[in-house]
Amino acid sequence: MRLGRFASVVALAALTAASITACGGGSSANNSSPTTLTYWASDQGTSIANDQQVLAPALAAFQKQTGIKVNMEVIPWSDLLNRILAAATSGQGPDVLNIGNTWSASLQATGAFLPFDSATMSQIGDKSQFLSLSATGAAGQDPVGLPIYANAYGLYYNKKMFAAAGIANPPTTWDEMIADGQKLTTGGHYGLSVEGGSDSENAHFAFIFGQQHGASLFSKDGNTPQFDSPQEVAGVEQYINLMAQNKIVNTSDAEYSNGTEALQDFASGKTAMVMWQGADGSLKTDGMSPDDFGIAPIPLPAAGQGNQVNSMVAGINISIFKNTKNKDGAVKFVKFMTSTPIQQQLNAAYGSLPTVKAAYSDPAFQTPTDKVLEQVLGSTSAPLPQVAKESQFETAVGEQMKALFADAASGKAINDATVKAALTTANQQMAAGG
Amino acid sequence: MALATPSTPRRTELRPGTAGAPALAKGPKTPRFRKLRKLGLPYLFLFPAVVLELLIHLIPMVWGVYMSFLKLTQFYIANWTEAPTAGFANYKVSLDFGGPIGSALLHSLWITVEYTVLSVGLSWFIGTAASILMQRSFWGRNLIRTLFLIPYALPVYAAVIIWSFMLQRDTGLVNHVIVDQLHLTSTRPFWLIGSNSFWSMLIVSVWRNWPFVFLCVTAGLQSISLEMYEAATLDGASIGQQIRKVTMPLLRPVNQVLVLVLTLWTFNDFNTPYVLFGQSPPQQADVIAIHIYQNSFVTWNFGIGSAMSVMLLLFLLVITGVYLLITNRRRQVA
Repeated sequence: MRLGRFASVVALAALTAASITACGGGSSANNSSPTTLTYWASDQGTSIANDQQVLAPALAAFQKQTGIKVNMEVIPWSDLLNRILAAATSGQGPDVLNIGNTWSASLQATGAFLPFDSATMSQIGDKSQFLSLSATGAAGQDPVGLPIYANAYGLYYNKKMFAAAGIANPPTTWDEMIADGQKLTTGGHYGLSVEGGSDSENAHFAFIFGQQHGASLFSKDGNTPQFDSPQEVAGVEQYINLMAQNKIVNTSDAEYSNGTEALQDFASGKTAMVMWQGADGSLKTDGMSPDDFGIAPIPLPAAGQGNQVNSMVAGINISIFKNTKNKDGAVKFVKFMTSTPIQQQLNAAYGSLPTVKAAYSDPAFQTPTDKVLEQVLGSTSAPLPQVAKESQFETAVGEQMKALFADAASGKAINDATVKAALTTANQQMAAGG
Repeated sequence: MALATPSTPRRTELRPGTAGAPALAKGPKTPRFRKLRKLGLPYLFLFPAVVLELLIHLIPMVWGVYMSFLKLTQFYIANWTEAPTAGFANYKVSLDFGGPIGSALLHSLWITVEYTVLSVGLSWFIGTAASILMQRSFWGRNLIRTLFLIPYALPVYAAVIIWSFMLQRDTGLVNHVIVDQLHLTSTRPFWLIGSNSFWSMLIVSVWRNWPFVFLCVTAGLQSISLEMYEAATLDGASIGQQIRKVTMPLLRPVNQVLVLVLTLWTFNDFNTPYVLFGQSPPQQADVIAIHIYQNSFVTWNFGIGSAMSVMLLLFLLVITGVYLLITNRRRQVA
């Protein structure tokens, strides 16, 4: 008996491996289950429940149109990439899913997604109807998804708090931003809030501020990570120092990781600024009046220094899982989700931007926020490198920055050496992983 | 054992109840059949369990071991039968303690050992003390026993997520009590990041595990006759002596299994840190189960993750073997 129990307990140990394993599936798309689709939606709203509310009418309309029932699951950002990876490994996944557009090339490399070749594209429509396909996969390969929500980072600021501190306009340079932030950091209020514990948010800013210092994350062939270049170190340090040195970020933000807390602090007036992707919808849900906030581009570096980049090409793509049992239905669903009326309906609800040109005829997308984000997206944003190792970059560097924020919060020194050491670790981890 | 002769074909013996029944009634075959049935019946009962054990535990384990010899990077995960073999490369990377992956693994192993020793030790101490205190009957004993079991009865996820809310720095109950009400510190400590995170994880783990010790030890105490204590009292043994000389030796078989099981569970604990910290725990609380998981997403090389899991399995096998050897020998000596 003792041995039996022992064996089963030890076997449990191996389940760590097993849970990642499961059996790999190599089957390809077919149409054996034509009446249902499983859809993994990303969390675009203020909560999972909010997403369900926004998407339910669209799914009902799709069912009415095609007779296909869509079973939807909304997946939080903190789980999405791992869930997708587990699905790719096991072959057990949804038919259609949302992916962060920055992951496109990584997921493309797994071969678990259906490429949108010309035959598939012809069922959906012309490529030229889309604003941009720059973040849908590696150059020269068929895209593994089509954009459904476009976005960019902007600097949201609280107009009342700015007025009370005697600041007339949002900052346009980094120095102004820190100076304004310090004026606004008084009496339990802070200049800025950040999601210091979120791997993906951290990684996005590592990219944006790295760009501002002229860094490039990978070697030219895209294979060798170079996260610890002096330029990248400077970029990451600039971001962490908002808390460590400039002290315009509350140290509590080092704990924020679920992608809503920093924004809630802004909405409730605890902080005066937040760097966020289109968030008008969420701010409204969180109870902030649209008259109380403004949006400006995140300050760019002085002309001639680094790259004039203040956002990544952010957004969500919709992809089809290669093992789908309802390929035709999945393609129909992608066509539906990228159709002009649905694009208008969903993006207006979420405060993101439509990805098809025709949708911009709707005056809903002429708000001040949309104009700023459109301008950023059109002129000063850059896509994250579309290389196979991009997703690993987000996890490895995001995790290191989370630790740096934790250090900053507990008063440990943040300097070139500590930041470089953290980024070198991330670099080596990825290189050793092969 | 004698070989089956042609005159007694086995097939007849294995077909009970049906057409074979009259034949079985004939003389010498009957006792042999009965014997075989007696021998075979337990295996028949075991069969479903064995099949499930194979499906749920052993086959994934074998796959895990197989995977650890593959170069299972992102280019192969969707069709990993095509992944090239890696030989011992994954093991080399994991065991290269000078390299980034190996040194992180070693760090994580050390954290896990500390976590396991402290968690099992404290859980065992609190659980045993509580069950000894509850040994004598008194009014309200059953109510208190039930209350004690609540942490163990709650679903892990719900219980740990409540802890994570309580441990938040600005809005958590813990800091509210420590800072706002008792004024023990002026700055609000962090519990979920930095060095305190280890202690947070330990406290949650002990809180969850001690009722299990309480349950097992209470059951063990039932088998100790009260006469033993009476005899000890007559001999003038103090309470402390009674516990040391009567209770503990008689609880030895229970404790032996209990400590082993708790150690293995705690060593492999994934739920507590995952729910408390999310998928990338602070370095100070980077225990092995979650480290292996997270490492796989940093490299997307599941071969390395599998190699680490296999080594973890071997490590625990050795620990368990040594433990059983020592405790059994001591018992034989005693």
